[in-house]
Amino acid sequence: MIAVLDLGIGNLSSVRSGFLRAGEETTVIARGEAWEELLAARDDVTGVVLPGVGAFGDAMFQLRASGLLNVVRGAVREGRPLLGICLGMQLLFSLSEEHGSHVGLGVFPGKVVRFPNDVKVPHMGWNDLTVVKDHPLLAGVRKGDYVYFVHSFHAVVQDEQHLLAAAQYGRTLVPAVVAKGSVCGTQFHPEKSGPVGEKILRNFVAICRAWTAPKGEKAHV
Amino acid sequence: MLTKRIIPCFDVLDGRVVKHVGFLENRRDAGDPVALAERYCADGADELVLLDISASEEGRLATHRVVAQVAEKVNIPLTVGGGVSTVDDVRALLLAGADKVSMNTGAVRNPQLIREAAHRFGEQCVVVAIDAKLNETMGQYEVMVKGGKVGTGMDVITWAKRAADFGAGEILLTSFRQDGTREGFDITLTRLVAEAVNIPVIASGGAGKKEHFYKVLTEGKADAALAASVFHFAETSVGQVKAFLRQKGVPVRWTGTGTPA
Repeated sequence: MIAVLDLGIGNLSSVRSGFLRAGEETTVIARGEAWEELLAARDDVTGVVLPGVGAFGDAMFQLRASGLLNVVRGAVREGRPLLGICLGMQLLFSLSEEHGSHVGLGVFPGKVVRFPNDVKVPHMGWNDLTVVKDHPLLAGVRKGDYVYFVHSFHAVVQDEQHLLAAAQYGRTLVPAVVAKGSVCGTQFHPEKSGPVGEKILRNFVAICRAWTAPKGEKAHV
Repeated sequence: MLTKRIIPCFDVLDGRVVKHVGFLENRRDAGDPVALAERYCADGADELVLLDISASEEGRLATHRVVAQVAEKVNIPLTVGGGVSTVDDVRALLLAGADKVSMNTGAVRNPQLIREAAHRFGEQCVVVAIDAKLNETMGQYEVMVKGGKVGTGMDVITWAKRAADFGAGEILLTSFRQDGTREGFDITLTRLVAEAVNIPVIASGGAGKKEHFYKVLTEGKADAALAASVFHFAETSVGQVKAFLRQKGVPVRWTGTGTPA
């Protein structure tokens, strides 16, 4: 069971249908006090998805107002598999320049900036991936595989180690997949990216199912 | 590299796919939407567009059910439009499973709808559909509404720019004269709009053979090309069009189906 966080902005049915096609059930979490509380109520939850459409600032506001920020932080602290999709991936960075300046979750050092004006914005459509680092999330994904993007802002990765795959748009090399420990993110929409996206969702499901609590260091409540 | 998209479109009337020639007359049944959606998806379609042309509330609800069924089955983006005139209409379609919502007459009547929808749900899901017809008297392409029946006196280029400024994420541009004729896309119109705005433009109306797609995506500078009847009645397939484009050096998402027959 995958917990899909509901920021009240976007439509979650695409993400839920995507996971169903990938062979996994989802449960929507709209409010949260603490990660431990969520697990106490839903002990079958194996991983977390942070989807997202809309604006960065609004989404961060919603994360705080709904208490879901604690759920995200708790999951990260425990080392649970967490996948941010599109804006959900951007929220995991330190900072965004979308409509002013907004502080993000800070899992990935780096900031989120707008595309230059010499390309059409949003970056909308199918673009091909260059995989730069092997990772279980990208098992079976090859260089040149196409995935579906739709976004006007993109992340700038500060630590190259976090970059798993990228896509070229104009003169920008767009970070397409990032990972750090148990946390990963895709700038594209795997749930809308045909068979390649479905493979990535299946990989995430497998990562979640294989997860076991790190021995000896239970998260502090 | 970002690829050019090929998008099959359905007109849905009370839960069934239909195709009109010249917007109004000659309605023909073109099948079950879910079965068609799955077929196109398997054939390499990059997105799907579903336009609700139901006139009644019951028809509209039937379409919402169809949207939900299609969204559940396909793993490519789904745009839905038809009769969208309020933010609540947008929300209802997004909740039914649409990834993007297309607005036409509703946006012309109230351009703030674009701004509100973009603000609430994000620019990425706001598609402004423009029906264009060459008006000889104006010497311009005129924006048509109500399914192409009513002229607005508004210039298409001006409206497209304004829609983009208001927060549209994409323009779906239909040439009224060309729609359903299968005589080719309106290259002049498409290029004018594509060069005027900094958001993606989907060309629509007039697709009859694979060469038409090539022309509008290169000379016409469209980011995507949409067609209905040419695919429904199997004159050519999505796979064949993409194989042809690929052979001609146009970047397309290649899924390995279809030969450039």
